Amino acid sequence: MGFHRINLTVNGEMEQVDVTGYMTLLDMLREKLVLTGTKNGCAAGECGACTVMMNGEPVNSCLVLAVECDQALIVTVEGLARDTQLDPIQKAIMDAGGVQCGYCTPGVLIASRALLDRNPDPSESEIRAALVGNLCRCTGYIRIIEGVQEAAKM
Amino acid sequence: MVQIIGCENRLTSIVRLGISDRLEEFYNTMNAYPGLPEFDYLKPETYAEASEFLVTHAGEARPFIGGTDLFVQMRDRVLRPKYLVDVKGLEGMDEISFDNSGGLTIGAGVNMNRLIAAPEVAEHYQILAEAAQSVASYQLRTRATIVGNICNASPAGDTIGASLLLDGMLNIYGGQGMRQEALSTFFLGPGETILQTGDIVTSIWFPRPPDGVKGKYIKLGRNKLSDLSIVGVTAVGYPDADTVSGTHFKLALASVAPVPLVVEKVGEILGVTPVTEETLKDAAEAAMEACTPIDDVRGSARYRKLMVRNLSLNALKDVWHQLSLLNA
Repeated sequence: MGFHRINLTVNGEMEQVDVTGYMTLLDMLREKLVLTGTKNGCAAGECGACTVMMNGEPVNSCLVLAVECDQALIVTVEGLARDTQLDPIQKAIMDAGGVQCGYCTPGVLIASRALLDRNPDPSESEIRAALVGNLCRCTGYIRIIEGVQEAAKM
Repeated sequence: MVQIIGCENRLTSIVRLGISDRLEEFYNTMNAYPGLPEFDYLKPETYAEASEFLVTHAGEARPFIGGTDLFVQMRDRVLRPKYLVDVKGLEGMDEISFDNSGGLTIGAGVNMNRLIAAPEVAEHYQILAEAAQSVASYQLRTRATIVGNICNASPAGDTIGASLLLDGMLNIYGGQGMRQEALSTFFLGPGETILQTGDIVTSIWFPRPPDGVKGKYIKLGRNKLSDLSIVGVTAVGYPDADTVSGTHFKLALASVAPVPLVVEKVGEILGVTPVTEETLKDAAEAAMEACTPIDDVRGSARYRKLMVRNLSLNALKDVWHQLSLLNA
């Protein structure tokens, strides 16, 4: 099985990576680029812990092949903050207490950022619908939703 | 900054060294969520190239678009293709087009979020957007496609009912060039279709729907959102002067037969008599009698039958209500 050389942009940095055909985007981020903020939960597209932005849209990185990301723009949770300035969604979810164990948080932040990018003023039901694919066992979701609502006001 | 990072994890190293499948299996027993099995990835430039590769590697190669179902089946070792052929970059795969006489064509690579957001779909094919909206989550729909949902041929496929009722036709590239196949005769069994080795579905086409068409999709899952359906009911209706009732109804069922099921009797019952609460109930009963569900992890056959009756009634009533608002 051969390797494929891909060029892509991850969090604003150009990267060139050699990947096998069967390596997922999730594995490439975590193991090749050591961006371990993105988590592996179910590896089946159900829990959303691995959500990253691919060309401006959120995807389950466990269900995307790394080799498909040639020339793609990827943003992971590590790419949300600008220097020391947190993204409003990071600050709002933190302030709302929307983080407990933190495992789902990277995926929640990316899915929420993507929602606010396409709909800057979402209703509560729109927030709930956008986060259907992000499972959280700790917070009961209420504080996450409040955090997204607060971020929308920033 | 350009950099190549060469560190490999343990599994990758084991696989690269070519040590037997048994070792990989051992690793997987230690790991609740193993990665994908080894395969090679190809991205052909043309349909001819893609199709030829699929033919010459029959049984070893599979075409894929979003991979949202395929990768899960591969992860679970249900499927172990040696080659995956990425066809979504091929010409026309990414296009949606609509015109009043020609209908709607959706390229096989168009993802469900794009389909839902397309104004022409929202205006003329609302039931299709409604069904797509019920599929999993937003981030999954960034990759999932309606053609993938159809070719996957799961009896639970959410968008299949709407596609059947809107008289969808698949455009297929194959050994003899392009051809069209009706969805009504496309499904043979769970995961089985009439597609031959080397066939690549390029797009799905829908005729312009009848004026005033209304639809409803009701999906019963174990939770309110994002789950696979225990029962899925799609109903559409439109004014039709050729029927006694003045309305033509159609109903399709998901997850209650080996293939997505269109219940012809619903249209017959609601065509030859005026539509009333009673005839709607008769039609819902007919839907219940027509389905042949099985017991599985998501629900028993008996429960599914009863839910088909109840939800068919709800869906038909909803469509009937929407149509009466049209006449009001």
